[in-house]
Amino acid sequence: MILIDLLIGFLKVGFFAFGGAYGAIPLIRDVVLSYGWLSDERLTDMIAVSESTPGPIMVNLATYVGSSQAGLPGALVATLAVVLPSFFIILLLTVLLKTALKNKYAAAVLGGLTPCVIGIVLATGCVMAARQGLFPLFSDPGDFRPLILTAALALVYFGSRKVIKKGIPPVALILISAGAGVMLYGV
Amino acid sequence: MSQIPILLDLFLTFAKIGLFTFGGGYAMISLIEHACVEQKRWITHDDMMNITVLAESTPGPIAVNCATFVGCRRKGVLGALAATLGVILPSFVILYAISVFLDSFLEIAWIASAFRGIRIAVGLLILDAAANMIRKMKKEPLSCAILLCAFAAMLCINVFSLKFSSISLMLLAGAVSLAVFSIRNASSGKGGEKP
Repeated sequence: MILIDLLIGFLKVGFFAFGGAYGAIPLIRDVVLSYGWLSDERLTDMIAVSESTPGPIMVNLATYVGSSQAGLPGALVATLAVVLPSFFIILLLTVLLKTALKNKYAAAVLGGLTPCVIGIVLATGCVMAARQGLFPLFSDPGDFRPLILTAALALVYFGSRKVIKKGIPPVALILISAGAGVMLYGV
Repeated sequence: MSQIPILLDLFLTFAKIGLFTFGGGYAMISLIEHACVEQKRWITHDDMMNITVLAESTPGPIAVNCATFVGCRRKGVLGALAATLGVILPSFVILYAISVFLDSFLEIAWIASAFRGIRIAVGLLILDAAANMIRKMKKEPLSCAILLCAFAAMLCINVFSLKFSSISLMLLAGAVSLAVFSIRNASSGKGGEKP
């Protein structure tokens, strides 16, 4: 049943989402693609929408995926499922086990999880960037627009750090890319 | 100000934080600090430092971790519930509304074009997030090795569409790190000088 799948899927995401929103994106992508809830394109669109709307990105994605699969009940189930694990873990740590994270075995496990999450995020970023920027060239040789757009956006986003402190924010990059998309692909 | 019951105050304060922070987690920490430490004096500055560290080493959205912690400090389990529901409510309402209209919205030609551009930006944002995480990571031989293995494994999983989840990779990495730590601990005798 879809609600139970949403519950289990997003409980898993909430329980293993170390390293903030971008640490969670590969997990959400895993769950969403393996259940076939959304296409890779739609999920990528929603990551941008979640980044450009207020609130935690993970919660935003959970609400959208839940709603797209089972309306309001689905949105409720997915949203609560994604926050439930952190809610109980923080409650437990605040009330009972204040020193649990100072335990050296817990620290050892976390010491392995952190670089693993970084590797996963890096690989996911490479796959998603290649799928949008490079692969269209194989399906439609001669269409260099995705490749040019990738290079131009990277130049603007990372280059802006040389000009202004901290560079432009992610939302600005999303807006610029939207404008470039309209110019390249037409109205 | 003291007229408002504390539960409602927690709920509204965190709903405001949820409504006005863009870009997720880390952007929220400064808002939470401003509201909860400076304005309301619910927690101390030291508490705020502790919860930031705690939020980084526990799973889940960072803003939710902070809300649960502050609510629990202020008013126990009910306080935690009020603050947590507050921080997720704006997201829920906004994204639910978007989900209702999105399909017809995306059929508009120029919006579809805009999203073809946006999809490219998303890949760059994720790569940038990974680069930031690498910059902040403690670079020891073991953690660098785990990072490279996880990267290679995740690439293979994606390229060959393997049935192996990223969660299994994380469990494996945690187990390897624990095993290496235990072996080192045992071989240095009574050891354990490094926590």
